[in-house]
Amino acid sequence: MFPVEKIRKDFPILSRKVNGHPLVYFDNAATSQTPQVVIDSIVDYYSNYNANIHRGVHALSQEATDAYEQARQKIQKHFNAKKTHEIIFASGTTHAINLVANGFSSLLKKGDELIVSALEHHSNIVPWQMLCERTGAILKVIPMNHDGELMMDAYDNLLTEKTKLVFCNHVSNALGTVNPIEYIIKKAHLVGAAVLIDGAQACPHIKPDVQTLDVDFYVASGHKLCGPTGVGMLYGKEEWLNKLPPYQGGGEMIAEVTFEKTTYADLPHKFEAGTPNIAGGIAFGVALDYMNGIGFNQIASYEDELLQYATKQLMTIDGLKIYGTSKEKTAVISFNVGDIHPYDIGTILDKLGIAVRTGHHCAQPIMDFFKIPGTIRASFSFYNTKQEIDVFMEGLKRAVLMLS
Amino acid sequence: MSIKDIQNEIIDEFSMFDDWMQRYEYMIDLGKSLPLIDDQYKTEDNIIKGCQSKVWVHADMIDDKVVFTADSDAIITKGIIAILIRAFSNQRPKDIIEADTDFIDEIGLKEHLSPTRANGLVSMIKQLKMYAIAYQTQLQ
Repeated sequence: MFPVEKIRKDFPILSRKVNGHPLVYFDNAATSQTPQVVIDSIVDYYSNYNANIHRGVHALSQEATDAYEQARQKIQKHFNAKKTHEIIFASGTTHAINLVANGFSSLLKKGDELIVSALEHHSNIVPWQMLCERTGAILKVIPMNHDGELMMDAYDNLLTEKTKLVFCNHVSNALGTVNPIEYIIKKAHLVGAAVLIDGAQACPHIKPDVQTLDVDFYVASGHKLCGPTGVGMLYGKEEWLNKLPPYQGGGEMIAEVTFEKTTYADLPHKFEAGTPNIAGGIAFGVALDYMNGIGFNQIASYEDELLQYATKQLMTIDGLKIYGTSKEKTAVISFNVGDIHPYDIGTILDKLGIAVRTGHHCAQPIMDFFKIPGTIRASFSFYNTKQEIDVFMEGLKRAVLMLS
Repeated sequence: MSIKDIQNEIIDEFSMFDDWMQRYEYMIDLGKSLPLIDDQYKTEDNIIKGCQSKVWVHADMIDDKVVFTADSDAIITKGIIAILIRAFSNQRPKDIIEADTDFIDEIGLKEHLSPTRANGLVSMIKQLKMYAIAYQTQLQ
């Protein structure tokens, strides 16, 4: 049996009350909670070896550098990257996507084509639109069906020799759909296009292997993986990272600077200008250790149990409609009840100590597709319980009664 | 009745309830008595920014008083705008501009007053006052 009660003790926030009720935290797709070991690693860094990394000759700087680079190795191992320098620290998924999009400015020409999926978060749409504006490239969209699944036959038809880049999320944040990224990557490579996969929503549930996937770029955020906010990572194949120009100029990213010419540092430092989020990077590594200690297979199967349990219960409510009914999905349920506004239900649930997300989930094109203003999204993590789902169901029924 | 009198009346009504659920239920009821905005004014331009739900507000000057109508697609928000309009509608622009909104705190809706709150109560108050300022400028 999955030791959820023991795991819950690792998360101090889970014992607090909200509006007089024990917290039920079902907003995990927005950010995950932080276990004590991760909190401790941040405190330990600032208490014992806070120093700027890579340039110091003194002991603290060396300790901090070692811990930071060790975290990079942990990330490399977790994602199974071939080389450590294929892991670039970023402030998060959004930053990592912008880094790649900016780099492609110098590699694209007018009339080149980029392909995006209909299921994307705004952060995997807008940087590419800006890239298209800069370069004259054209953005095409893989459509989805009413179950919230991408239509692969339409994707096949979009791919041409003009296609230079394809980007898609591994898992949709709004609906929880797991996308067929193996197929997407394989097909893109046949026409010579590079692929970026946004793993922000997948990584809390799935352990991706970037070599098996043969993906060119894979991005993720620490704060959705029990790590702190403000840190994330970009995996890029070495040959691609070498082709991309630096994103930001500054210290750390240079080999030599004169006023005539600057030469850039090697990977990964070329993309890491300035003092990074050192404590965040170290804590990200600790978070990955923590989650691997529990085991991603165990996490996925327990979360699926929660998903099935909650889905079954929700279906008993009159007029409730679930958006995103793909066969492959993570523990995310997006839904509405009749024509009650998601904001109203979210407000009542909050008064009962239940945290869910309401609104368009930064994925307005998906809401437009279903012709709704937004949804209520309950997203589960491995530290949630069936009892919490029962509390949530009671709260939801109370809200529906009040609002009907 | 002055804005202050109406606000006190609202405070009295809300003081009858001891828990948040009753207060919210009453607020939802008040939403049902909201003077509804005419469909022709339910335009993008009249949507108040900063709300997760849609809120439309329209203002007319009748004699020397500002008369508000509104609507929302969420019923809690509709209750909130109904309370505001009850306090501010049919008043002189100058009085609307000068009115305070402490009564929101006193009826137990303080949590909605945070400017970062997604329901945009603060934006609603600002919009009502903006209409009053516009009409006041016309008068001068």
